[in-house]
Amino acid sequence: MSSTSSQRAVYARIRNNPRFTELVAKRQGFATLLSVIVLTIFYGFFMVVAFNPKLIGQRLSESSYVTVGIAAELFMFIFFWLLTAYYVKRANGEFDDMTTEIIRDAAKEVK
Amino acid sequence: MLARLNLALLALLAPALSFAGDAISATEKQPLNLSAIGMFVVFVSMTLGITYWAAGRTKSTADFYTAGGGITGFQNGLAIAGDYMSAATLLGLTALVYTKGVDGYIYMIAFFAGWPIILFLMAERLRNLGKFTFADITSYRLNQNRVRTMAAVSSLTVVCFYLVAQMVGAGQLIKLLFGLDYNIALFVVGALMMVYVTFGGMVATTWVQIIKACMLLVGGTLVAILAMSQFDFSFDKMMGQAVSLHSLGEKLLFPGTLIPDPITALSLGLGLMFGTAGLPHILMRFFTVTNAKEARKSVLYASGFVAYFFNVILLMGFAAIIIVGQNPEFFEGGQVGGKIIGGGNMIAMHLAKAVGGNLLLGFLSAVAFATILAVVSGLALAGAAAISHDIYARVIRKGKSTETEELRVSRFASVGLGLVAIVLGIAFEKMNVAFMVALAFGIAASANFPVLILSMYWKGLTTRGAIIGGYSGLIAAVLLVVLSKSVWVTVLGNAQAIFPYDQPALFSMPLAFLLTYIFSKLDNSAEGNAERAMFDDQYVRAQTGFGAAEASSH
Repeated sequence: MSSTSSQRAVYARIRNNPRFTELVAKRQGFATLLSVIVLTIFYGFFMVVAFNPKLIGQRLSESSYVTVGIAAELFMFIFFWLLTAYYVKRANGEFDDMTTEIIRDAAKEVK
Repeated sequence: MLARLNLALLALLAPALSFAGDAISATEKQPLNLSAIGMFVVFVSMTLGITYWAAGRTKSTADFYTAGGGITGFQNGLAIAGDYMSAATLLGLTALVYTKGVDGYIYMIAFFAGWPIILFLMAERLRNLGKFTFADITSYRLNQNRVRTMAAVSSLTVVCFYLVAQMVGAGQLIKLLFGLDYNIALFVVGALMMVYVTFGGMVATTWVQIIKACMLLVGGTLVAILAMSQFDFSFDKMMGQAVSLHSLGEKLLFPGTLIPDPITALSLGLGLMFGTAGLPHILMRFFTVTNAKEARKSVLYASGFVAYFFNVILLMGFAAIIIVGQNPEFFEGGQVGGKIIGGGNMIAMHLAKAVGGNLLLGFLSAVAFATILAVVSGLALAGAAAISHDIYARVIRKGKSTETEELRVSRFASVGLGLVAIVLGIAFEKMNVAFMVALAFGIAASANFPVLILSMYWKGLTTRGAIIGGYSGLIAAVLLVVLSKSVWVTVLGNAQAIFPYDQPALFSMPLAFLLTYIFSKLDNSAEGNAERAMFDDQYVRAQTGFGAAEASSH
């Protein structure tokens, strides 16, 4: 799966474009931040399950059967999904616009 | 996929869960279920119609492997959700909530949490770098022959173990739901799978998956709504009754035997998360969409459907405690609290019957059968691609074969895999196949995932490092599973397991990463340096999609 020489020229152009460095830094930083949030909450929850299971079964109020565990999990299902939506929105909008621009510039200069 | 993992984890809990054995050991044959068979026949005719249509559109290898890259994000999202939510998700997880309460919910979040991570770290790079198989990515700048062969070997291992586990589960389930003979059930599943994949390729497989996902979502929702209406749609009212009636009482709300210690917790979380990210048939789904934009959308839709359905299952499980658990009709000899008719896996089906009569029961049974078909088809296609695209076209013919030749090999491979699945399915009928699931996930997380993620993220990776690390991960995963309870005790009959956990990933995955890193670092060969030099271009393509495989026009 080798690339052609004109492709390689475009790759070189893109690499030297400061906008590309900016795109990668921004998008990767954003993705890393979201991953850290998800992993921290997820493994944090699992550690509570492992070390303090009593807390998981505690009810939020006397009259309700919604426990800390059920509430926390429902929160994770919704919150993690909202984070995916947020990532898709930014990546498919702002970041992809930058990408299109960078490719267009590089391809233009090479031709 | 959930299906097989589900079985593995159920086996992990075997002593505590009476239904764990039912999922995989012999089940008793039920009377012929006509309304279920009727609805299933409708599903099969519909999917065969689609296969006929798809066959006309499957002319190139790109059509066969990836539906020409023309699937939309929404369609692919449904198909991924379909791959992820199998018959055992519906049956096994409902039963898990029914018997263990909140443990089932904890288990479901572990299945779900991998998806955001796949989106953030992998989805767009996968789409930008891959063409037909994930080996396209790992061998992008590494040695084609050796790295591709390794990827194909571990893909095929994963696919075969998965297929067999799925087939055995399918035979038992169909016997249970439809009253069909085990061997006949396997032939029906195997034959339909071969027809879908061989003639319709990825187009047919995707549509079978989509239809099935819709049926599953509709069926589950319907049962949950009807069940909740009996409690005036009040969660508290339902839980109040469930807690007072269930033998566990208040303990229903606390974590139980599922996660006894932190290592198991970590091992479960790691295995599920990164196993998913190394499964060849899931990775392949990312190549069916037009571009990185659609790949991201696929994950958004897929994870939305999965999250929704898991919560539906939670409601079904709790509602069943009251509706099924108190109804003598569903217990052998009419003894409430005794043995459930058909075993624990039938909870969801009994619930459907209790709230919606025979018609809903028939519908849900047809959904379960459709689900099995869709999942095995996806697996067979991924296996066929590893044989025809990786081994035949790239390694044996060095990329010099024609499309027609490659397509012919891929069709033979699909038929071959179908036959293997039927034969092994029959051979393993009486055996506890849960270890095969642990093995498939362990290999996916330990052999496929480390090499894949490093090839995308780390410039320093070389062929030598990838080969040593990848094969060590594979061997370590196999060894640890053999030494674990599911093989060492259950299959080989020893008294005590040498490796105390069922999921090997916590140990074999770091080993693979470590060895890949060390041997790549130590690699000063000219070949290794050339491979590092090629990373820069690959990196630009991964980030921008420039030069990525385009959708083929129809």
